[in-house]
Amino acid sequence: MIAELGLAALWLAAGLCVLQFVSGAIGVGGGADSAVGALARPAAIVQSLLLVISFACLLRVFAVTDFSVALVAANSNPDKPLIYRISGAWGNHEGSMLLWVTILGLCSALVALFEKRMDDRFMKAALAAQGFVALGFFGFLLLSSNPFARLDPPAEIGAGLNPLLQDIGLAMHPPTLYLGYVGLSVAFSFVVAALITRQAGPELARVMRPWVLAAWVALTLGIAAGSYWAYYELGWGGWWFWDPVENASLMPWLAATALLHSVSVLAARDALRTWTILLGVVAFSMSMVGTFLVRSGILTSVHAFAVDPERGAFILVLLTIYIGGAFALFALRAGSLAEGKRFAMVSREGALVVNNVMLSAILAVVLLGTLYPLLAEAFGTRVSIGPPYYNPVTAIFAVPMFLVLLIGPLLRWKRDSLSRVAVPLAIVCAILAGSVSVLVLFTGAGVLATIGLALAAALALASWLPLRGRQLRRVPLALWGSMLAHFGLAVSLCGMASESAFSVERLVAVRTGDQVEIGPFLARLESVEPVAGPNWTALEGKIAVTGNGVDTLLRPQARYFTQPFQGTSEAALLTLWNGQLYGILGEAAGDGRWQLRLWWKPFVTLIWYGGILIALGGVLSIFGHLRSSVRRRKIREEFARRRAERDAA
Amino acid sequence: MMLAAALLAIAAPGAGQAVSSAPLANTQLADPQAEAAAQALMEELRCLTCQSQSIADSDAPMAGDMRHQVRSRIAAGESPDEVRAWLVERYGDYVTYRPGFDAATWPLFALPVLFILLAGVVLVRRLGRRGE
Repeated sequence: MIAELGLAALWLAAGLCVLQFVSGAIGVGGGADSAVGALARPAAIVQSLLLVISFACLLRVFAVTDFSVALVAANSNPDKPLIYRISGAWGNHEGSMLLWVTILGLCSALVALFEKRMDDRFMKAALAAQGFVALGFFGFLLLSSNPFARLDPPAEIGAGLNPLLQDIGLAMHPPTLYLGYVGLSVAFSFVVAALITRQAGPELARVMRPWVLAAWVALTLGIAAGSYWAYYELGWGGWWFWDPVENASLMPWLAATALLHSVSVLAARDALRTWTILLGVVAFSMSMVGTFLVRSGILTSVHAFAVDPERGAFILVLLTIYIGGAFALFALRAGSLAEGKRFAMVSREGALVVNNVMLSAILAVVLLGTLYPLLAEAFGTRVSIGPPYYNPVTAIFAVPMFLVLLIGPLLRWKRDSLSRVAVPLAIVCAILAGSVSVLVLFTGAGVLATIGLALAAALALASWLPLRGRQLRRVPLALWGSMLAHFGLAVSLCGMASESAFSVERLVAVRTGDQVEIGPFLARLESVEPVAGPNWTALEGKIAVTGNGVDTLLRPQARYFTQPFQGTSEAALLTLWNGQLYGILGEAAGDGRWQLRLWWKPFVTLIWYGGILIALGGVLSIFGHLRSSVRRRKIREEFARRRAERDAA
Repeated sequence: MMLAAALLAIAAPGAGQAVSSAPLANTQLADPQAEAAAQALMEELRCLTCQSQSIADSDAPMAGDMRHQVRSRIAAGESPDEVRAWLVERYGDYVTYRPGFDAATWPLFALPVLFILLAGVVLVRRLGRRGE
């Protein structure tokens, strides 16, 4: 019954989506006052309610493990803890696509409810575009990925969830990432509306900015959470492998980062109009490409649960229609948009153009590296592209971008001179030179790690330099946000470079009582004993760690899940202020010895703390921009009121 | 000297246990420099039976065999590039995460060069013009 309710709600929502699209389209065509033309906003709002009901139904059938629903039988079992039964609802293809569409519906509803800053025709066009995008994904869900399909007779026992995914990281990672992916649809719909109604000025940028920032914050958190999940759950001690699925989430982030910087130029200076519009199209296109890569099963990797060419073809067609359509519209209309104001090379705009060009180039490299193996395979050769390719090639573009970032935020809009910022310029150059010489003289850090650490050190200070000569109380919230985000970038970069330069690894076979040295610590295997969890059994090692003021136990486990049968390795982490000790219990060597894999990773946690700071910076900026937008509206209203009074008098 | 270190490393875990077919799969070389070179190489080699994992990170038996091969060859004095070439000859380009420059992979290097040129052109055109 619950499943049928969910499916009915989904069909009704799809119907309202058609209404939203048609009504929006009529509204754009000039029939906004007609009976149908006025329905776009309410249709979007009711549609999102129906989607929430539908998604709640899915959560319900997973929570009670209703084996008469095919999806539950294929992906769940009642022995799992409740939280993982619920998160299992989106740990599979159909459920995650329903989540995708639900978030898309919620975005439409939020736009319909709260976005009042643009005129009616623009909003109709945006809602029509949003509805048009949603329609394709509704079709995909209902025609080829129905999450509520029944199984008759019901299964006796469920297949369970991949135990790697039975983790709190998985519970949070996909919803956060999807929020970002799908949040970019709003930017997409807005730029499509801007192209249709030919409004691509600063007002568009101001309206887009909070939406772009919110999606970008979610993407940042989603990527950071995913990276941390891979780091501690997959037990390989790495945090980023340039895996195609990781790239699928990085590409929209790169595009969104470029977009939010170009949006700030458009908002403040009415420059970079066509470029901003183009980035709006590219950003959501990257979200859809990411969805295609992960959902079509074209990549075979830990994340790609779905292997089904029919679905892949469906998403590919959708992708072609949306991306192709948007680019065609762009090509038709871009020429008719005024180009926007000009600026000098040394200016804030100039620095932001460098940011945008470099981010776009990095995006192109990542896209090339991700798609090339697929293309090569189609032609019969197989190649692998990994860190040894991506690290140096992206660095070619990232390093100049970071160098410009050191000074860019200090420059004035429109026109500035380097001599005006000579003092801060000298300071950051001194930090760069100082840290490079220290690193080269006293450590064996590699080239990229050295550059990374030096840039991180300089940026950690430079990110706060815009405060120079300002009264602290008068610093706008949005500026605090951008400084915090740039500082977070420095923190994260420091963690990445430090991890790659200073990690120590020990791989040993030891008997209980044996002691090994790892970094500044001594580790002694105390015992290996069996333990049991709700749906797994495990061997748990107890490793006493001493030294450097630490005296504690690490308890890594080798777990064996029964449903489905699979072994996983649960790493034990000791988090200190200056790094993490990472321990894994491997196989028995057969003579009473156990394989231990130990890492000491100095400052590795900074990678994710940095990510959180970046996201926090984004949140501050959202509040800052919303506050100033409210203030602007109040001033306008006050102005209008006074004029009305004067006219009356 | 290197060979002696390798023999020592092989002999150590063998004491008192049945010698497995790949004793160096999970045993580090005694010489830290050789081990570092082997580790760096293993991180760039693909585990052919896994999904997106290097042999350094994988528990798969085949990855273990390959780690043994890498460590013993490095210990015997081969350079990492020679070991990589030997593996590529056996398993094809797919095994290395560091794509070489050949008929099948040249666009991977040509296109980024094009991106650099494009970025340069855009920057010069955009920023070369004076304000106003």
